[in-house]
Amino acid sequence: MTAAKTIPDPDAADAPFAFTEANLAEARRILAKYPEGRDRSGVLPLLDLAQRQQGWISRGVVEAVAEITNTPPIRVWEVVTFYTMYNQHPIGRHHVQICTNLPCWLRGSDEIMRAAREVFGDAFGRTTDDGIATVSEVECLGACVNAPMVQIGDDYHEDLDYESAKALFQAIRHGRPVQAGSWADRQCSAPSGTRTTLTTDPTTPDGGKWIAADSPAVSAGGAD
Amino acid sequence: MPKLTIDGIEVEADAGMTIMQAADMVGIEIPRFCYHERLSIAGNCRMCLVEVKPGPPKPAAACALPISEGMQVWTQSDLAKKARKGVMEFLLINHPLDCPICDQGGECDLQDQAMAFGSDRSRYIEHKRAVPEKYLGPLVKTSMNRCIHCTRCVRFITEVAGIPELGMIGRGEDSEITSYVEKALTSELSGNIVDLCPVGALTSAPYAFHARPWELRKVQSIDALDAVGSAIRVDVRGNAVMRVLPRLNEDVNEEWLADKSRHAIDGLRYQRLDRPYVRENGTLRPASWEEALRAVAGRLLATDADKVAAIAGDMADAEAMVLLKDLMGVIGSPHLDCRQDGAALDPTDRAGYLFNPTIPGIEDADALLIVGSDPRWEAPILNARIRKRYLMGKFPIGVLGPRTDLTYKVQDLGNDPKTLETLAGGKHDFAKVLEAAQRPLILVGMGALARPDGAAVMGWVRRIAERVGAISEDWNGLGVLHTAAARVGGLDLGFVPGEGGRDTNAILEGAEKGDIQVVYLLGADEIDTALLGEAFVIYQGHHGDAGANRADVILPGAAYTEKDASYVNTEGRLQRTWLGVHPPGEAREDWRIIRALSGAMGKPLSQNTLEAVRARLAEVSPTFAPDNEGAVVPAPATTGFARFSGRLEATPFATPIKNYYMTDPISRASRTMAECTAVYINAAGTGDSKRTGTDG
Repeated sequence: MTAAKTIPDPDAADAPFAFTEANLAEARRILAKYPEGRDRSGVLPLLDLAQRQQGWISRGVVEAVAEITNTPPIRVWEVVTFYTMYNQHPIGRHHVQICTNLPCWLRGSDEIMRAAREVFGDAFGRTTDDGIATVSEVECLGACVNAPMVQIGDDYHEDLDYESAKALFQAIRHGRPVQAGSWADRQCSAPSGTRTTLTTDPTTPDGGKWIAADSPAVSAGGAD
Repeated sequence: MPKLTIDGIEVEADAGMTIMQAADMVGIEIPRFCYHERLSIAGNCRMCLVEVKPGPPKPAAACALPISEGMQVWTQSDLAKKARKGVMEFLLINHPLDCPICDQGGECDLQDQAMAFGSDRSRYIEHKRAVPEKYLGPLVKTSMNRCIHCTRCVRFITEVAGIPELGMIGRGEDSEITSYVEKALTSELSGNIVDLCPVGALTSAPYAFHARPWELRKVQSIDALDAVGSAIRVDVRGNAVMRVLPRLNEDVNEEWLADKSRHAIDGLRYQRLDRPYVRENGTLRPASWEEALRAVAGRLLATDADKVAAIAGDMADAEAMVLLKDLMGVIGSPHLDCRQDGAALDPTDRAGYLFNPTIPGIEDADALLIVGSDPRWEAPILNARIRKRYLMGKFPIGVLGPRTDLTYKVQDLGNDPKTLETLAGGKHDFAKVLEAAQRPLILVGMGALARPDGAAVMGWVRRIAERVGAISEDWNGLGVLHTAAARVGGLDLGFVPGEGGRDTNAILEGAEKGDIQVVYLLGADEIDTALLGEAFVIYQGHHGDAGANRADVILPGAAYTEKDASYVNTEGRLQRTWLGVHPPGEAREDWRIIRALSGAMGKPLSQNTLEAVRARLAEVSPTFAPDNEGAVVPAPATTGFARFSGRLEATPFATPIKNYYMTDPISRASRTMAECTAVYINAAGTGDSKRTGTDG
């Protein structure tokens, strides 16, 4: 049998929370975006703000956000538990999220997991003993074209393999700066090496091999 | 009005109605779990899938799809049947097969619909999920493995009860229903989520494992624990009331029932007076009926008529009251009163003591002033109706009274009775709101009337009502909210002091001084019995409470579930209870006791049958005409009654109910209500109300 998490988390029970002065001002600015009486719209951004301040959503956060947005606490708690990107437990300084969905797995996310295990120990779903990082296995983060990939904090690290992942994780572990983006020889999600498509200027009808949609060539091609 | 066909039947329905509503209109039943006609539409159980054309080539949820012209719907097509079968299979994946030990078994929607629409076998061989139980208070027992996440409970608690404390957390397979931080639900209507739950996830905690639905005899009756008179069904096994459920009555309780009315019934088993008692040498000893009646008759005959008095209690039925009134007439005593709280209600002006706008009429009102009342405790069902009106919008509510967290937003007018003068003067902000309203409603509670300056309060309230136009030909917006089921009936049949008679306070004063030597308490327990002094006290009632404790002779009567009796609710609606079980031991129906007493006195009353007593009731007051049953007997609106004088006192209004869960002998004897008191009243605010069973 699988038992669902007992919520709320006992750790969360006693953690008090208050927005910092700056964040409180930011919260007011966020709430001002919504029409009068629609403060509840601010629940999501305010939870995000709180998570950026303290790293995770405690009961104190739920109550603080509920109060500012004039929302019953249970409604805020529903939101917190619905979205996986709100951390319901304290996390380390870095939150390492490894995608293991199908495209990343086909492109070798098992190797990334192995690298993570070697660097962080078996800390999946937990925080390392030194509090540096929390490693979690996550569902698709929407960067399949650069699979396999890892999200650390707000940054994506893409096109990883065992070596590059290990280098990345060691840099994180030892507090060295890392460069976000693709670790392969390419820019964003452009092809590595030279271009394989759009090699001619598409703006001129002759240069690019444009075929009008209603051209007989299309239906002829489709019949093959 | 769009026309559509459902299963080939042509239906014409209002635009904006859903397929489900249109199908219900023509009697085509579409299975459902999450849809409930009194709650918002969620559309998350998917059980109501039907085939619809035109539209995408997939089944559509009938509960959420509005009808349109020319729509064709099939509820029994292969596509619809297959879709429902698939939904049922998914619902049963995580539903335990514990029907034999489930309290819902036999009256379970899932069980019934699995029979009708499901498969005959399961293809599922994986593990089922397990969900921790939740604590929702002493009345609702959870078994969360069985939950199918229809969210009916969440919607009821949020929308109807108006306390957003329940929610669904997590997502997908991890969804769970819980209250925030597992606190007891602070609603007086929480028991209703047990009725709403289509499976056995929420069941009645006090009733757990007590009976199976097919063992129960169902008796339609009326609740007598507050003045609303909710329609109830008393479920009986043998000679025991096992549970009470609400019955549909759109004019009173819709289909809800307040927690006390539902769960105080275990009090019917404890502290019962099951035989007559006579006090001898300071202690009560069991006696025979003959002995007890002879003692009472002897005392009544030997005492001057002017020194005999009678007080009727909060749950006295009209039959008993009319006979006791007649008996007092035979004796020749004018000292009788049914207002044991001493409320300043003028019995000669019927419109002056009814909830004239009526309960469904609350929905027609467009402004509300609450004076000295806490409807949330005094009449939770009526409060739910106010909230329903509030949710329709444009309904300013002002509260001049002790409590403002009434589950809807109110304008707090403070709690100084003198504010009434400002309101009557028209200078107050809220007076202008009331004046602007077409159909203003002014609700006056017993907290405002049962006090020394009650008459003055009523006078000022009438002045306000007349000033703001609350009383006109087609609308009488002055509503008195009673707290006792017996009160309006007693006033209607004239159980009030006769010429030169004493009212409750004067009777007690007389008893203390020795001017009153015999007091007949007909179920009156809410008086200060210490004031009865040396008087000889006859207590007729069903519970060993304050009155019986002080009594010199106890005549054991019947509770509201044990007799065919008439009650008139706060609106002036005549309703009748039916005998569900027989009174315990030697206890008897109340009117029979009084009839027997009159015989023992040698002055027999002429009514020997219930029919004769009811004929006498109809003779005494037109309210009790047999045709009136179930209907509000309206009172002609009267004006010019703002004649009460007297000064308003500065004492703030206070609700007469100190503890919602214990207001009468039945609920005071109830263990369930004692537990509610411990959780909601005594532990309120400490946040730690969960008992472990090892805390003594």
